[in-house]
Amino acid sequence: MIDFYFSLPDIVRYIIQGIAVICFLFPVGAACSMAERKVAAWAQDRPGPNRARPWLLARIPIIGPILGYFGIFNLMADGGKLLFREDITPGHVNKFYFVMAPIVAMTPALSTIVFVPFGAYLDSAGQILPVMLANVDIGILGVFALASLSVYSLILAGWASNSKYPFLGAIRASAQLISYELSMTLAVVPVLLWINAPGTTGSLSLVRVVEFQSQPGFWGGMWFVFIMPVSAFIFLITIFAETNRQPFDMPESEADLVGGYHTEYGSYKWSLFFVAEYCQMIVGSGIFILLFLGGWNPLPWIPLADLVNWLHDLLHWQWLMHPIFVGLLSIGIFVTKVLIFIFIFMWVRWTLPRFRYDQVMRIGWQRLLPLSIANLVVYIIAIALLQK
Amino acid sequence: MSVIQVQRKPLSLAERTYIPQILSGMKTTMKHIVAKPVTVNYPEERPEIPPGYRGVPTLVRDPHGREKCVSCQLCEFVCPPKAIRITPGEIPADSPNAHVEKGPREFEINMLRCIYCGLCQEVCPEEAIWLQNVYSSSGYTRAEMVNNKQKLYELGGTLPDTHLKWDKKKAAAEKH
Amino acid sequence: MSAPTATAATPDLVTVNIDGRDIAVPRGTNVVEAARLLGVNVPHYCYHPKLPVVGNCRMCLVEMGVPAVDRETRQPVIDPATGKQKINWMPKLQIGCGTNATPGLHIRTTTPAVRQARESVTEFLLVNHPLDCPICDQAGECDLQEQAIAYGRGCSRYIEDKNVKPKHTQLGPRVMLDDERCILCSRCIRFTKEIAKDDVLGFIDRGSHSTLTCYPGKQLSNNYSLNTVDICPVGALTSTDFRFKMRVWFLKQTNSIDTESSVGANTVVWSREGQIYRITPRRNDEVNDTWMPDSGRLLYKQVRAENRLTTETPLADLIAQAKSLLTGAAAPGSSGMGDSPMGSGGMADPAMRTGAAAPSTDESSVPHNPHGRVARATQSIALVASARSTMAEQYLCKKIADQLGIPVGAIHVPAHLGQGDGLLVSADRTPNTRGALLCGLATGLPKPQLTQLAADIDAGKIKTLLVINEDLAEAGITPEQLAKVSIIYLGTHANATSAAAKVVIPTQTVFEKDSSFVNQQFRLQRSKAAIPGHPGTHNDLVVLSHILVNLGGHDFAGSPIAAWSRLSEETPELAGLDYLTIPETGRVLDSTRFAHLAFPETEGLHYKPAAERQEESGARMQESEARP
Repeated sequence: MIDFYFSLPDIVRYIIQGIAVICFLFPVGAACSMAERKVAAWAQDRPGPNRARPWLLARIPIIGPILGYFGIFNLMADGGKLLFREDITPGHVNKFYFVMAPIVAMTPALSTIVFVPFGAYLDSAGQILPVMLANVDIGILGVFALASLSVYSLILAGWASNSKYPFLGAIRASAQLISYELSMTLAVVPVLLWINAPGTTGSLSLVRVVEFQSQPGFWGGMWFVFIMPVSAFIFLITIFAETNRQPFDMPESEADLVGGYHTEYGSYKWSLFFVAEYCQMIVGSGIFILLFLGGWNPLPWIPLADLVNWLHDLLHWQWLMHPIFVGLLSIGIFVTKVLIFIFIFMWVRWTLPRFRYDQVMRIGWQRLLPLSIANLVVYIIAIALLQK
Repeated sequence: MSVIQVQRKPLSLAERTYIPQILSGMKTTMKHIVAKPVTVNYPEERPEIPPGYRGVPTLVRDPHGREKCVSCQLCEFVCPPKAIRITPGEIPADSPNAHVEKGPREFEINMLRCIYCGLCQEVCPEEAIWLQNVYSSSGYTRAEMVNNKQKLYELGGTLPDTHLKWDKKKAAAEKH
Repeated sequence: MSAPTATAATPDLVTVNIDGRDIAVPRGTNVVEAARLLGVNVPHYCYHPKLPVVGNCRMCLVEMGVPAVDRETRQPVIDPATGKQKINWMPKLQIGCGTNATPGLHIRTTTPAVRQARESVTEFLLVNHPLDCPICDQAGECDLQEQAIAYGRGCSRYIEDKNVKPKHTQLGPRVMLDDERCILCSRCIRFTKEIAKDDVLGFIDRGSHSTLTCYPGKQLSNNYSLNTVDICPVGALTSTDFRFKMRVWFLKQTNSIDTESSVGANTVVWSREGQIYRITPRRNDEVNDTWMPDSGRLLYKQVRAENRLTTETPLADLIAQAKSLLTGAAAPGSSGMGDSPMGSGGMADPAMRTGAAAPSTDESSVPHNPHGRVARATQSIALVASARSTMAEQYLCKKIADQLGIPVGAIHVPAHLGQGDGLLVSADRTPNTRGALLCGLATGLPKPQLTQLAADIDAGKIKTLLVINEDLAEAGITPEQLAKVSIIYLGTHANATSAAAKVVIPTQTVFEKDSSFVNQQFRLQRSKAAIPGHPGTHNDLVVLSHILVNLGGHDFAGSPIAAWSRLSEETPELAGLDYLTIPETGRVLDSTRFAHLAFPETEGLHYKPAAERQEESGARMQESEARP
């Protein structure tokens, strides 16, 4: 079957892979909305949504009640509701851009995943090969390029709505994105400097970053979060800001802007914005994990290859070395990390209040930007000294 | 001097970064995430009703099955939202309780008006009206929300009685 | 109220001192009343201002003292400490009800001794009194309940068994007795003996076993029996009609007048949410003291009587029908009214009857002059007005008659006569015969039989009748005669006349409207609406003023105030009066214009027929002439 798969033309394989990834990403993005509600409920000492019990599915022993408890049926009902609800387009909007905005929101959210290696397998030579859709050299740059497109959807939505609250939300979103994009990029530079030693072929690939964190030895196996904590910290904050998550969700800010940029949206178009936000969170967490938390490596100083070899030595099962198992294991490790990270997103959301807009701007320009520049300078000097 | 000037303490560096506060906040949130929910899954699980709870007002009978209400209408008088409506009547002479003379012919409590204040229970000289543990009442029409005498006795049931004033009165009359 | 009985010229006043305050009261006033004049309440059970004093409840005990006088010199003894005359306080307490005011009498009602006496009396009364308040109809207006709150202990020291006495004894058709509640004040016994002159009640047995009862073989069945219920200070005597119906604290009190006879006893109507529960007397020392007959207490039942007339037809339609009948009859050469399809009386519902009558009238053929009188032509209309109507209504009837050009001979006011009982039910069983005389509706004394009208109908002179709340069958008009005429009936209850009427406009009882009556003493009295009008009925005054307006007359807008402003202008006896300023106790009008009339009333409480009055006043005049 694998042979058959590899015998297919490249283009068909890419399409299959792309659809598979979207089929994973989209529902997970949607499921995050339910996870958010559950986490919110637990943080507020209540059980959360658990009442939807379709009469046939809920009767399945053990699984039915568990699905019910975790609100999966609520999620399905929610999706169905959003899908079949009357899709109102207000009379005063610019119809073309109004419809385009959610599409523009989904596009970068789903396409940035192309540059993200979400797993790896060992070939027969024991060489690590990444599992990803496009192993190109621009890597992180591509992610940044596509991710910044997402602000266009907000601006489009806000402008096309032809209404003041969405407009204000859109303005806030663009200003916020520009403010934090800079610090984000600057925070990543030390990592790339570290992996690109002078004289070698330069690469911005995220695979390379993970490989650097999978090396043997104390320094080699160390994740970048330990080497560059300030970079990780700045990057973390900017992800929050870029994905418009609490405490930076000024564009939505329902207390003062009703619904922010999506005030005029409803039903399925609104849900696309919603899912796009979660997809961005997933991709953003993925990038953070790749850059600072060792990617698909299970633990610091224990790379994936070591884990597989160790398991094999222990159990002597031949299939443990099979590429498919290794690939699934690595994807599993990566997805687990991503999910933990998303939980942290929610954890923060249900802990912190929203910043004031002036605070958002001050933090972005007066704190994070100087800090990231200083951080960059320090690491440039340090790397120069170390690599001399 | 009614105004006390308080000097605002300047924030320390750690405070200015917000980070210790954020972390302690997240700790608190995590504590709640792992804690047991304080709510109940309402229709399946019911909260425990403490004694003295002021639920739906009901009429009760004494241990011998006699209706305790003598329709003195004090509850009707004291009821702040005027939810109670009593039609008094005479107990027929062939009834075993004929010596009580007066009883309610009809007793209605409009639960759309009732505010569960418990004044009716407090004022009742016969201890006949009690706010017990029923806390949810619903109906499809306004008429359904008016509890009549029969419904009130169904809700109320029988409560213990230490006085049995009317039984003593009957015994005295018979002795005489 | 308990006003000086002595002649106003030389009031024989004595000054007493109560709780340190002096007050001058007429000689013969007792201490309880004197204290009341000062606003000091002396609690009592057996004393009643209109009954003989017996002094058996001992609740009104007060401290008394008289100014000290030196026995030998007859000179006042001066207290050196105060410089005033010394007061000799009696060593024991005296009853206030049985002691009349004497010059210089000193009373103390707030001392510990008085309080202790009251507490002791209350405790004794409560020893055998049952804890019936929740089921007792007197609760809320019970003297014992009030005094127990003021002077009771809160809990009983009495651990023995309470007395058991009969609890529901039917003393008479309207009065129920609960002997356990009786505190032996004997008010009821004194009332039946002294006022009702029907001595049927008395105590048997002794001490705490004393029991109120009727004399064997007798019943408390006289027409004043319910007054015993009113004066009973506790719930021992209760009204069978009111028993267990409603607690008194829910009832709204409205001052009204007993309309059963020309006595015009003052009453209070007790109602709740548009339903009347009972009627009790209201004290008026010039009319009915504190009494009223039992028959007047049942009048409220007419409000929701089964034969009450109601309609669903809009008033405007009814008025239009009435108008077309009236103007059609008044127009020259009107014809065909007699053979209208009506008169069968087969239909029970008055609304349907009037509805069916509507198409038979042809309004377009009626010549009508909106601002002048309706064309005066024939005398085919007669008006049967009522001595039961209020002053304003009678006045409007008169105006309608004038507007239609009905001659005086065609205005009939039937009389309702009965036997006077010498107390509070007079021979004239209408409340307002004198009102009809005053406003010119009646020119002479009303007669019970309308023989003139009957003759006119038979002669074919009268084709249309406007009847105000009178049953012509009672007044001697036969059904055949009724069938000959078109009747417009304004009334409260169904009767032979309403059944024969072409247009029936249901009107309201005295309890539903503001009204005023002139009683046998020519006393103008006012009665207020106690309850809103019964659904499907219309205020008489509104109906009459609509008719009047439709006939081109003045618009009184159905308001008694508007009617009264004209009425008092046009009637010399009422000059300067308006509806709102009629005092609660009434106003006696000048009756000299009617002195020649031989009214049917015989002597009653506070009333003497004119002939006897003249003799009396003649005697007084001789007296006053003789005096200087």
